[in-house]
Amino acid sequence: MTESVIKISGLYKIFGPNPKKVLPMIAEGLSKDEILEKTGHTVGLKDINLEIKKAEIFVIMGLSGSGKSTLIRHFNRLIDPTEGKIVVEGTNIMEFGVHELQEFRRHKMSMVFQRFGLFPHKKVIANVAYGLEIQKIDKAERLAKASEWVETVGLKGYEEQYPSQLSGGQQQRVGLARALCTDAEILLMDEAFSALDPLIRSEMQDQLIDLQETLQKTIIFITHDLDEALRLGDRIAILKDGELVQQGTPDEILLEPANDYVEAFVKDVNRARALTVETVMQRPAMRITAATIEGALAQMRKSTHDYGYHITKDGFQGIITEKELESAVSLETSGAIHPDIYEDVPTVSPESAIEDVLTETISSDYSLPVVDSEGNFKGSLEKESVAEIFSEKSSSEKESTATEKESTTTEKESSS
Amino acid sequence: MADSSWLYSFPEMERSSLRAIRKTLDGAYKEFSREYGDLIESIFDPLLSFLIWFEKLLLSTPWWIVLLLCTGLVYVASRSVKLAVACFVSLLLIGYFGMWEDTMRTLSIITVCTFLAIAIGIPIGIAMARSNRVQSVVTPMLDIMQTMPAFVYLIPVVMLLGIGKIPGLIAVIIYAIPPVIRLTNLGIRLVDKEVLEAATAFGSSPWQRLTGVQLPLAMPTIMAGINQTIMMALSMVVIASMIGVKGLGQPVLKSITNQYFTLGLLNGFAIVALAILFDRASQAYAKRTQAHLGDQKHD
Repeated sequence: MTESVIKISGLYKIFGPNPKKVLPMIAEGLSKDEILEKTGHTVGLKDINLEIKKAEIFVIMGLSGSGKSTLIRHFNRLIDPTEGKIVVEGTNIMEFGVHELQEFRRHKMSMVFQRFGLFPHKKVIANVAYGLEIQKIDKAERLAKASEWVETVGLKGYEEQYPSQLSGGQQQRVGLARALCTDAEILLMDEAFSALDPLIRSEMQDQLIDLQETLQKTIIFITHDLDEALRLGDRIAILKDGELVQQGTPDEILLEPANDYVEAFVKDVNRARALTVETVMQRPAMRITAATIEGALAQMRKSTHDYGYHITKDGFQGIITEKELESAVSLETSGAIHPDIYEDVPTVSPESAIEDVLTETISSDYSLPVVDSEGNFKGSLEKESVAEIFSEKSSSEKESTATEKESTTTEKESSS
Repeated sequence: MADSSWLYSFPEMERSSLRAIRKTLDGAYKEFSREYGDLIESIFDPLLSFLIWFEKLLLSTPWWIVLLLCTGLVYVASRSVKLAVACFVSLLLIGYFGMWEDTMRTLSIITVCTFLAIAIGIPIGIAMARSNRVQSVVTPMLDIMQTMPAFVYLIPVVMLLGIGKIPGLIAVIIYAIPPVIRLTNLGIRLVDKEVLEAATAFGSSPWQRLTGVQLPLAMPTIMAGINQTIMMALSMVVIASMIGVKGLGQPVLKSITNQYFTLGLLNGFAIVALAILFDRASQAYAKRTQAHLGDQKHD
């Protein structure tokens, strides 16, 4: 697949006067609290291993104190690790000297901050151009480039304002424009939207997704909000007390939480919005492949089902019930299957969110057929599995869903 | 020996040994000043000639040019007509009451002292802000400079350099420099950590960070320090006049010894008028340069 841009291995960060001395204690398996009590050192990060791929949005999620802001500051070495390796595009950045590190920060990575970190004494345009100013780029050139980015983030007309004259959302747009203006391939976003109110936040998320479609940057996004993580992330890593608890795609996190901690997190999420049809659909119960009514009836009688999904080489055709087939046979309208006998049932796309197909799923008598944009039959969406998403699950039931989920994934793989 | 007198009177050191200590220290310092006094004086020579030149310039320029220049400067700094008029009127009154020359002398030494204090104080303040160790060394020194009676450090200065402008200048600077150092340090330390982090994250060098972010953002605090320094320098002119610095301080000194109440009061008021002008003009200037802090439309 795509190459990894950033690779972090065996990263430890301990805060205190003599961190190196504490490292062996972690290896001995002492807990964070025990180490704090014995030595007065705080374990910030413990054995972090990460790989971030090109052009993906990698979300690091955790509650306050989980070490996520500490972790993101290791990517550009605003904080140096106690031990560990950070490799960016094949170069170990831990070996950088002062000058190399400055150049690296100027060209490779830029950062967006939680409380914006704008320069209050500079106008919007000068804030955006700051990265270029540091690179000693000619004033006319950097202002021209900065005004382009100001326009891209939708702040045209505000160039000559000071940050304090803007609203929070506008200020963070300036922060985003400033980060994008240096053309760095990697973007670090430290709780970039957490200080904004919910409406502005989702607006900013949309803008980021839009921008990412054209820019294809590698984005590392920190958040404490799982909804935000699920919305933005191609992959998500969950951090707890300085340790990585789970890494995976949003669906994996939602459906297979690695432990109770992640599960508690996942519980409050609006799953109907976060999950797609694809992830909850089942292997189709009954496929009918015969071209004639007789053949179809024969196939149907062999099974225990009373309806089936008619598939030809052109893809999905419709739902046929056993009853309908029998009456067709009794009326002696034998031969090829006529479109009239299909039940009137909508199809759903595998990419839709469950929330969007809720009404159709519940109002239909049958499990809805899942059909992709090319007309291929992917599976069926059962009412029960949709209902399960909403129900508060006990752990035993959860296990059963997990195994079902496995079967769907294998199905997905075989069909694609 | 069952002598218990130490319970009732403090066990002092022998008078003779105390005398010996004093003698050795005084002797050593006298020796030092005899040896190096001329050398040190010659180091300060350029400064002295500048001081004399500046004073002569103010005195030899026709009074109305100086008057207009001062009024103009106050207006440029503060952009306030009210303050410029106040400056004009108070300088007229000072001249009318016969204090023009002394005021010019005081003005010249205060101006030079302030510039020197800023030139020395801001770099020290920056060094303090950058290192906790420097801060822990400099802070007690500043405490001493601010609390030690001025006369005490006048003694060695006078012993070394004699009586005149330079010792006066040194005394004024020692007394007046702490605020600008302290507030430069404080201002830089108070700069928002995230803003500084942002500058670092974009790859700025320490120098770029200092000149582009830390100093501009610390400016309001530093200006408050400079303002305090000017005030304290003005309050030192009377003491400085005791070691031969001419200016508004000398008539005050004369009034104390001869009980000339009115003369003292008039010269005192002249010092106050200068102080208020310096203060208002520098504060208005500082406020004007901090445009980004004002008129917040919405937050």
